[in-house]
Amino acid sequence: MSFLELDRVAKQFGPQTVVDDFSLAVGKGEFISLLGPSGCGKTTTLQMIAGFLDPSRGAIRLEGRDLTAVRPAKRGLGIVFQSYALFPHMTAAENVSFGLEMRRVPKANRSERVRAALAMVGLAGFEDRYPRRMSGGQQQRVALARALVVRPSVLLLDEPLSNLDAKLREEMQIELRQIQRNLGTTTILVTHDQIEAMSLSDRIVVMSQGRIEQIGTPQETYERPVSAFVSQFLGKTNDFAATIDRTAAPARLVAGSWSAPAPAGIAGPVTVSIRPERIGFGDTGLAAKIVTRIFQGNHWLFQCETESGPAIVIRQNDGQPQPAEGEAVRLGWRPEDMSLRTAGGAK
Amino acid sequence: MSTAPDTSVLTTGPSADERAARAPWALTAPALMLFVGILVIPLAMTVMLSFHDWGQYKGIEPVFILKNWHEIATDPYYAEMFWRTFRVALLATLITAVFGAPEAYILNRMSGPWKSFFLLVILGPLLISVVARTLGWALLFGGNNGLVNKFLMSLGLIGSPLPFMFTETGMVVALAHVMMPFMVLSVWAALQRLDPQIENAALSLGASSFTIIRRIVLPQIMPGVLSGAIIVFSLSASAFATPAIIGGRRLKVAATLAYDEFLNTLNWPLGAAVAVLLLVALVLIVVGSNALIERRYAEVFR
Ligand SMILES: Nc1ncnc2c1ncn2[C@@H]1O[C@H](COP(=O)(O)OP(=O)(O)OP(=O)(O)O)[C@@H](O)[C@H]1O
Ligand SMILES: [Mg+2]
Repeated sequence: MSFLELDRVAKQFGPQTVVDDFSLAVGKGEFISLLGPSGCGKTTTLQMIAGFLDPSRGAIRLEGRDLTAVRPAKRGLGIVFQSYALFPHMTAAENVSFGLEMRRVPKANRSERVRAALAMVGLAGFEDRYPRRMSGGQQQRVALARALVVRPSVLLLDEPLSNLDAKLREEMQIELRQIQRNLGTTTILVTHDQIEAMSLSDRIVVMSQGRIEQIGTPQETYERPVSAFVSQFLGKTNDFAATIDRTAAPARLVAGSWSAPAPAGIAGPVTVSIRPERIGFGDTGLAAKIVTRIFQGNHWLFQCETESGPAIVIRQNDGQPQPAEGEAVRLGWRPEDMSLRTAGGAK
Repeated sequence: MSTAPDTSVLTTGPSADERAARAPWALTAPALMLFVGILVIPLAMTVMLSFHDWGQYKGIEPVFILKNWHEIATDPYYAEMFWRTFRVALLATLITAVFGAPEAYILNRMSGPWKSFFLLVILGPLLISVVARTLGWALLFGGNNGLVNKFLMSLGLIGSPLPFMFTETGMVVALAHVMMPFMVLSVWAALQRLDPQIENAALSLGASSFTIIRRIVLPQIMPGVLSGAIIVFSLSASAFATPAIIGGRRLKVAATLAYDEFLNTLNWPLGAAVAVLLLVALVLIVVGSNALIERRYAEVFR
């Protein structure tokens, strides 16, 4: 039995359905990311788990027991808000201590745990600071310590890193992942940053317009996106229109001047989806011309105009000579690197 | 050739600095002149006036004597009157705080259309003259003919009219009513600065609604309550219309006394002394409590 279970949860605001048919089973200790564009219902889903919003339909269960009947104050979840929502009139230690006070933890024990929690997030010595006198990253860590100190059964994080600059965000991601691993706390992270979702989570839930598009490990969702939406949203991708040529035997899949043996069970026009870093320059394949060539340190980014529309190609900067702007090239890739979609959906 | 103007700009640096230093004065000059003209000069003249002599038949004599100040300091009538002024203002302030803060909190939690409707209900009275609002109380409670008194007496609930007119209680109640919008507005402004998720954060940590209000919301809106209190207190202590209507000639406060001295007794120097004392006392109280509040909340609200 899964630890936390959302069973066909839906939320309506008036006539507008914001979350629909949301089913997810989270295992104990798992790190899940809800990933999707702005306004797709991530926060709404998280708030329903937290109990600040009631689902219009469906059930939420924690260890088999119905959560929707439990008041938010009694759910025992830890939440880090996007704005941190620290108590500005309390010091860092008082903030962290608040949840323990509510649980009537004896005072001696309490200060011990507060100190340990602040040390865990790397804020030892900041006990008496007020939030307004801390940097964004420090405030965020206080918020994390405040949520973790009560030993929550589930940790809910609503875009906790979105206010930080790129470098600090990367540091915090590593730290967050380490803390979560050490404590084994079941965690749900809301983000619209695909890199963050991929680098932190065991599984990713890609959402679009209130519905789940795909659930899978970061690698699965990246390499086997089930829909155009997922492949566009997770990293960059190239889509080429292709047809099945049944005149050849065995049948071949053809996109422009690129072709490969057609996989079984596919008919009619399909879309070939291939990641830019899986495309190579060769002697055969899709005819293309390099439009721009951009140097990005550890790799080169090529924007090409192919016979089947525009494409981007990423090549490692491995010291090999690279084609110049304006040069005519041919693009090829291994059939196992691409994913195929028919008009109806995924292969 | 072309570099010459550049270097001249560089070498004339100090004069540019001087100009920059003069600019604020030049820009504020019109407002400053207005301020001096209509506030500082009359105020200085009032202070001067309070040291002049006055007699029933000789009128005002421009001499420098301490007669008026001596009279205020020694005659217990004035002490009592000033105590009444500040007692009434303090009680009115307490009432606005006790009712206004929860009112603002509830208002802030209302949704969409109700919120704007009730905000209008609360702020609307500001558009009506203080005199009209105070007269309302007089109509309801004024002696035997007051509407409420008549009604309660006809029911036999009370034998004689509720004492309201010419009482301190009446003055406090009417002032609290008149000043309520200022308190609500001030607390409302403080509530706007609250993180909307902060109550949810406390809730998720296991706090009850009562604990959230007491330990999370109240400490954060306290500066709003206190600054509202300063506004209400200073407006109440210097209020004229409400004490004049409720207290009349029988129950005087500083503002109505100064008015009487100016316009009825025509003892301008004494009236000026009362007015100056009220002003000085108020400035001291407001500046003092403001400093206290700022020190108390400096760490938290910067
Ligand atoms: N109280 C509400 N009443 C009506 N509509 C709402 C309410 N709260 C959210 N919505 C709508 O629900 C949709 C989803 O909102 P939600 O906050 O869950 O998005 P999100 O995925 O968290 O977006 P973001 O990444 O921008 O935070 C939005 O279209 C929003 O307009
Ligand atoms: Mg959100």
